[in-house]
Amino acid sequence: MTVKHHPSEALLLAYAAGQLGEGLSLLIATHMTYCPACRGVVADAEAMGGALLEDSAAVKLSEGALSAVLARLDAPMSAQADPTPVTRRRATSSPARQAGQDGIRLPAPIRAYVGDIAHARWQWVAPGVRQLDLMQRPKGRDTARLLRISPGRVLPHHGHAGLELTVVLQGSFSDEQGRFTPGDLAELDRDDNHQPIADSGEDCICVIGTDAPLRFSGLLPRMMAPMMGF
Amino acid sequence: MTSLAVDADALTGWVRAVAERQDQGAFVSLFEHFGPRVKGFLMRQGAAESEAEDLAQDVMLTVWRKAAQFDPSKAAVSTWIFTIARNRRIDVLRRERRPEPDAEDPMLVGEPEPSAEAHLTTAQVQTRIREAMATLPAEQAEVLTLSFYEDIPHSEIAERLEIPLGTVKSRLRLAFRKVKALVGEELA
Ligand SMILES: [Zn+2]
Ligand SMILES: [Zn+2]
Repeated sequence: MTVKHHPSEALLLAYAAGQLGEGLSLLIATHMTYCPACRGVVADAEAMGGALLEDSAAVKLSEGALSAVLARLDAPMSAQADPTPVTRRRATSSPARQAGQDGIRLPAPIRAYVGDIAHARWQWVAPGVRQLDLMQRPKGRDTARLLRISPGRVLPHHGHAGLELTVVLQGSFSDEQGRFTPGDLAELDRDDNHQPIADSGEDCICVIGTDAPLRFSGLLPRMMAPMMGF
Repeated sequence: MTSLAVDADALTGWVRAVAERQDQGAFVSLFEHFGPRVKGFLMRQGAAESEAEDLAQDVMLTVWRKAAQFDPSKAAVSTWIFTIARNRRIDVLRRERRPEPDAEDPMLVGEPEPSAEAHLTTAQVQTRIREAMATLPAEQAEVLTLSFYEDIPHSEIAERLEIPLGTVKSRLRLAFRKVKALVGEELA
């Protein structure tokens, strides 16, 4: 399996710099699972971050900073335990078991949010299209969801008010940019338009991240938009 | 740049001393070198001074606790501390996670081809990256720096600089490739 479609360097740099939100970062981490080349680019970008840190203007720490930190060296870890409130579901079973009834294998970054895919509650969106919201995100922040599209299904033609990233996990789709198979990442930015078609014999399962609402062209798709939650 | 005299190998040695024998003297040296830089870095990213102060202290504490996880064959010390500061900032200021690929994932595909600079130490590569970044044309250096320091999407960088989004992306691509090329070139 060879990955043909990669995120732009700009996007990998933003991921390495920590400037992408959780939803879009999940898309990049998923692609990286399939793509050693992009893992290499991110490592290089992190080295650039290290260089910027090394050369950044030093700002004096407060008077007691060193002694305050030294006093904490032996404190138990809990003082600084991961503070992030986690809404994600724990992945309890092995990837092999998870392949379960649906035969879907998920990369670890996705698995951390889905848990057991066999028990996932897909939401009906439109005929032949189901979705699974991966993180309940407040409005105005980037999002990530799984989309499951029946073979042959054509999604509405749409434009984008911001970034839209898609990584294929199973099956394939085609649009104006080409054909996307597992691991491939489609990057569409504002002013890009496209119309994806699920074009293999099995369901196309992909993960989609957006940092802004999509813009649909045409009346029918606009009616579909609220259903799709876009 | 006050303590440029500290070379990258000395930094690596200090982290090892902390990892292997909880050497507090080595930790103090790391603290004095990186503490103020991390604080300055975070303030340039938009953190208020008191936030940057607290975060910088947390980052240095993490350096002490996770020193054993530092792998000098994978990254220079400054790169490792950059990633700690980045993740800490996302944790504390944004209260979000940062999904990453999992090295243990059975689905993880292959390893990258060893790059041309593979026989250099990460510390040497780091020095070359710094030199290469200093030679970038101003407009490329600007977008590269903005994308690390400003917590804003590329579309806003485009608006701020009054250039098309495509130009932001192509400048970043050029900057990136130029640094890579210069780092590789010096080996020939
Ligand atoms: Zn890639
Ligand atoms: Zn789209």
